[in-house]
Amino acid sequence: MSSTPLIRIRGLKKAFGEKVVLDGVDLDIEAGTSLVIIGGSGSGKSVLIKCLLGLIPFDAGEIEVGGVALSGLRGRQREAVRARFGMLFQNAALFDSLPVWENVAFGLLARHQISRREAREAAIGVLAQVGLAADVADLYPAELSGGMQKRVGLARAIAARPDILCFDEPTTGLDPIMGAIIDGLIVDCVKRLGSTAIAITHDMASAQRIGDRAAMLYKGRIIWEGAAADLLNSGNPIVDQFTHGRREGPIQMDVRR
Amino acid sequence: MLLDGVAALGRATLDVCRFAGRLALFALEGLSHIVRPPFYGRMFLRALIEVGYFSLPVVALTAIFTGMVLALQSYTGFSRFSAEGAIANVVVLSMTRELGPVLAGLMVAGRVGAAMAAELGTMRVTDQIDALATLSTHPMKYLVAPRLFAATLALPFLVVIADILGVMGGFIVATAKLGFNPYVYLHNTLTFMQTEDVVSGLVKAAVFGFIVALMGCFQGYNSRGGAEGVGSATTAAVVNASVLILAFDYVLTEMFFAR
Ligand SMILES: Nc1ncnc2c1ncn2[C@@H]1O[C@H](COP(=O)(O)OP(=O)(O)OP(=O)(O)O)[C@@H](O)[C@H]1O
Ligand SMILES: [Mg+2]
Repeated sequence: MSSTPLIRIRGLKKAFGEKVVLDGVDLDIEAGTSLVIIGGSGSGKSVLIKCLLGLIPFDAGEIEVGGVALSGLRGRQREAVRARFGMLFQNAALFDSLPVWENVAFGLLARHQISRREAREAAIGVLAQVGLAADVADLYPAELSGGMQKRVGLARAIAARPDILCFDEPTTGLDPIMGAIIDGLIVDCVKRLGSTAIAITHDMASAQRIGDRAAMLYKGRIIWEGAAADLLNSGNPIVDQFTHGRREGPIQMDVRR
Repeated sequence: MLLDGVAALGRATLDVCRFAGRLALFALEGLSHIVRPPFYGRMFLRALIEVGYFSLPVVALTAIFTGMVLALQSYTGFSRFSAEGAIANVVVLSMTRELGPVLAGLMVAGRVGAAMAAELGTMRVTDQIDALATLSTHPMKYLVAPRLFAATLALPFLVVIADILGVMGGFIVATAKLGFNPYVYLHNTLTFMQTEDVVSGLVKAAVFGFIVALMGCFQGYNSRGGAEGVGSATTAAVVNASVLILAFDYVLTEMFFAR
């Protein structure tokens, strides 16, 4: 822990009206590691990642990326920090009106001023890296299955070779085999690019495949952090209940019976 | 009881002010992106075709029927004073000054404003707008600015067509049904048609085009809450645009003609 972490989050707070979602999140992410964030539905995992990407403003606290504080950044500087990130959204969030190749090459076209023909070829190359054939390139997102959409989303996230990759529930809604395949692709991509990765997941198998480190978000705070391998025997009763999916324990779900 | 009413009135007033403020900021930001690069030519062309070309049939039909009805109605009115010659004047004046821009604006609000709100709203609730931001693209610049610009340019063009077709509708009814001399009718139309009327109508059209795209984009961009949110954003876009068109029609008329 001698070097400063690539991403440093301190006292991060975010509320939507009355509803407090993040209530003082502290988290360090070292360059080159893969961190999985676990936590119940609605615990604010997606909100945390969106704050990190600067998609929603936070109320208090600070996020530093590579030593640069996000609050107060505007325009070009904000853009420069954001360009370090690639993001796979929870529901893939592909652009409906554009064919697959244009989705994948979108960031390249926006950033590097390459011609559309080059962009198309680059996109087909990236699609191959996530195991999709070239004939998918001209389909529209609505014509793809959920698993294929996730792969295209992954291809879009890695196309510009960002050094920080974020994955919001990359395997939710997929069958176990496709889930494992996507996890494998993520691990490959992260290794190949040498990126730092942050993944949100509910799936313990997936968490251990993707992450070296793990953190649990509960009631707006990070209540546990450790090696991903220790998830199933963390010694923390809250984490234990969550990872083993027990009904009884310290976590009370607001389910009326 | 009375205080409750006052409080409700106060709250409603505050809501309206907040809405107007947010809308004005949104409009200014959209305008600022129109003039600052990078420009998205493809998005602009797409919007231009959507607003200008695909709205042609509905605007054309509306204009023709309106011109026909105008001729018929004003004949009923004027024939009592045996002033049938004034029909050409009424048709051309009402079409160019008022009905061309207002009807085209309302039609385009129903077609294009709704579609814009639905498209942007869907993009919002499925995180596509956030995705744009992560891909080095400013969503306002990519989605909103081209639509605002395209609608502002396309509507005057539509209104020229609407004016011509409306006058033609009046001409058809006047000559085929009311038995006017075609040559005299056309001559009357041309003498009564003032540049000022046409130009004021086109300026109105540009403003209405901007309003339609602004409300469609604003409601879509800020929509919340899944498919239902997109639905209410679409409705709100059409209703807001229609009311604003009629309000600005009055303001602009006042500016042009009240002296
Ligand atoms: N734009 C928003 N406006 C208002 N409330 C929001 C908004 N975005 C998120 N929330 C609220 O914040 C809370 C956390 O949402 P978030 O999407 O981060 O949950 P999550 O941990 O990602 O859950 P899941 O695992 O189901 O995806 C939710 O209760 C949600 O209602
Ligand atoms: Mg989520």
